[in-house]
Amino acid sequence: MSKKKTQADYEKTFSYRFGRWLSGSKDPFLGQVEMKPQKEWSVPEETIEERMREEQMLHDKIYDIEHNKTLRRFNRIYTFVAVFFCFLLATLLLFTVSYLPQTGNAANPANNQVSSRYIESGLQETGSVNIVTGMILTYRAFDTFGETNVLFIATCCVMILLMLDEALLKRLDDGKNDRVLEPKNDVILQSAAFLLCPVIFIFGIYVVLNGHLSPGGGFSGGAIFGSGLILYVSAFGFKKTQRFFNEQIYKVAKITALTMYGLIGSYFYITGANGLENHIPLGIPGTILSGGIILPIDICVGLEVACTMYAFYALFRRGGL
Amino acid sequence: MDIIRNFPAIAILLCLFAGIFSSGLKEKAAGLVNSCLIVIEIGLNLATLLYTISLGDSFVYVMGKFPAPWGNELRVGVLEALLALFFCVIMFLSMWGGKHKLKDEVDPEKTFLYYVLLDLLLSSLLALIYTNDLFTAYVFVEINTISACGLIMIRQNGRTIEAAVRYMIMSLLGSGLLLLGICMLYDMTGHLLMSNIHEAILTIVAEGQYTIPLLIMIALISVGLAIKSALFPFHAWLPDAYGYSTVSAAAILSSLVSKGYIFLLIKIMYRVVGIDIFRNSHITDILFLFGLMGMIFGSLSAIRENDVRRMIAFSSVAQIGYIYMGFGMGTEAGMVASIFHILSHAATKSLLFIAAIGLTEVSDGKRQFIYLTGSGYRNKMSGVTFTVGSLAMVGVPLFSGFISKLLFSQAAILNHGKMLPAMIVLAISTILNAIYFMKTVIRIYTPVPNSPYPPMDLREHWRYATALFLFIVLNVVLGVFSDPIVRLISNGLAMLG
Repeated sequence: MSKKKTQADYEKTFSYRFGRWLSGSKDPFLGQVEMKPQKEWSVPEETIEERMREEQMLHDKIYDIEHNKTLRRFNRIYTFVAVFFCFLLATLLLFTVSYLPQTGNAANPANNQVSSRYIESGLQETGSVNIVTGMILTYRAFDTFGETNVLFIATCCVMILLMLDEALLKRLDDGKNDRVLEPKNDVILQSAAFLLCPVIFIFGIYVVLNGHLSPGGGFSGGAIFGSGLILYVSAFGFKKTQRFFNEQIYKVAKITALTMYGLIGSYFYITGANGLENHIPLGIPGTILSGGIILPIDICVGLEVACTMYAFYALFRRGGL
Repeated sequence: MDIIRNFPAIAILLCLFAGIFSSGLKEKAAGLVNSCLIVIEIGLNLATLLYTISLGDSFVYVMGKFPAPWGNELRVGVLEALLALFFCVIMFLSMWGGKHKLKDEVDPEKTFLYYVLLDLLLSSLLALIYTNDLFTAYVFVEINTISACGLIMIRQNGRTIEAAVRYMIMSLLGSGLLLLGICMLYDMTGHLLMSNIHEAILTIVAEGQYTIPLLIMIALISVGLAIKSALFPFHAWLPDAYGYSTVSAAAILSSLVSKGYIFLLIKIMYRVVGIDIFRNSHITDILFLFGLMGMIFGSLSAIRENDVRRMIAFSSVAQIGYIYMGFGMGTEAGMVASIFHILSHAATKSLLFIAAIGLTEVSDGKRQFIYLTGSGYRNKMSGVTFTVGSLAMVGVPLFSGFISKLLFSQAAILNHGKMLPAMIVLAISTILNAIYFMKTVIRIYTPVPNSPYPPMDLREHWRYATALFLFIVLNVVLGVFSDPIVRLISNGLAMLG
């Protein structure tokens, strides 16, 4: 015969809590989760009035629509000319398009030896089953390197605009969280992220690694991976994310990815241009380790794109990584 | 295969690598990397220039294993190598001249990003100069646009942010028109490589197909690149962007960035469309007209301006007008004059920006003319340099501006239809130039008894003084030894087609 538990002991057991949850007499989340209702966005009446007054003053002083007849006339003419110009440009372009070759016609100039070589001998020359990836990463590898650098320089510009310095960030983090208007530790979001994030990460890695075999590649896979990171950070906050992805790691990942891409690319361009043999094996088309330079470059591009996506989100939201 | 053939590609890749590395470095190290990079680039491009001169023809460099219509390629001739070398030299001098102001202008935590932008800007300029592929050109136009925006807004005050937004909108409109033009070209010819497009266009014109899309395409590309290089009616973004950004950025933007787009337009004229077809489309006449208008209206705006840096910026509008006027003549002489003016304007405008900062510095940082009175005595080196720059801009013999005006007038005489307007406007514009530049020179050499502002100690700013001295040397070299340079340009133009 089992020993009878005391009331205090019984209250600690799972079955007691489950029973209460089932009967609805206790909410298990109460007291565990911050249940702050979302604050309504409100600005004190005076601030609004003051701002309106300032705006009115600016309007009166600088533009002075009431008395400035030239400006009023200009505004009217401006609207008219802008609309007219847009219509003119649209008409002109539509008119031109009607003279261009019809889409999908086999005799079009675009269907020439260039695309036919991509389609017919792309598989042998690049070792990539996915012709698109093969084309952008081997035939036109230089363009794609430029395109990756466009992403890189875009992050640099966002950093110039939005990055806050360390001290200010620390002060912001100490007192108020960046999510002033949202409840912290949202259980629904966290549970969903807990389930979804690993799947998204693995799918992102899969798309990157199979860029030469199936639709996808570095850009799309990196975007998937980056969105997983964004989901993680919005569910668990920056403190937890910084344990595995902080500014230092971001910099190392970004620089390594771009440098590796640059090195592989330079090796490919310079050996190719000088007629030297290129020691990167193409492999057997269809297997995972094939495609020559495509797989490593895809990984680099994926890393860079994921970093860029996350950096954009973090910079816009918090002003730092 | 000679090893020097690799140099253009290595030059572009090195810039990209330097930019990538600098993003992980601190302020000082990034600055050092940037300076070393530009010195190496000067060496590489000089070697390329000497090699192409000895070769006597342009050569093609395939980027990768796959030859022309399938892969990317670079094509290097004398003109390309000359411009690349010149751009690197100007960039080096502008960087040196503006370095001492950098810590006041840019947040020290973000200075490394400034160098990253500069490295990538240089890479995009070199790629625009060397590439033989329209789509590669477009990709690097994007890099160029974004980095130029970054350079404008890195000095964070309200005016630069506004200027950057304005620049961004105008520049993206230009990129969009360029992209539309490239799409139409691809649709008509099925190629993206410049030489192949040219062959296809020749057959199209011979068969009389696609006359209207061809015309619209030329118009779209010309207008797109004209917006990006601030030709007269599209210059609204220019004065704020050049007037309020950091000194080096203003010098680089005015002398290099707009010139990169102009050179792309030259390449499209000669190598893609073919100069005869371009001339027959009569788009050149429109460029000629806008060029003439820019020469007058740019100078008129500059005369009205009360802020020395904005005045220099408005003068750029007039000078860009000169360049487009040369295009508009549609003759080889006009084109040579334009290309020489690209060099001369790049050398002079960056000199003026760098010299103006020395003058404002000894006037308590104020840029209005009333405060600048007598500043030529307080900062002798800047005063002399500014005077040299002004004389060059007006077109006094011995300096570079004289040669470009001479070449423009010679080109105008050879062109019967456009001789009269070109000569008249050239004369008017020269007088207007003289009005606002000489006004400034007289102003800075008007003595002020007991000026409240202390003079500048040049020994402390030896780097700045050296940069100014080298700028003067460059200007005089362009003005005195112009003959070999003009010959190089005309040789290069023959190779370009």
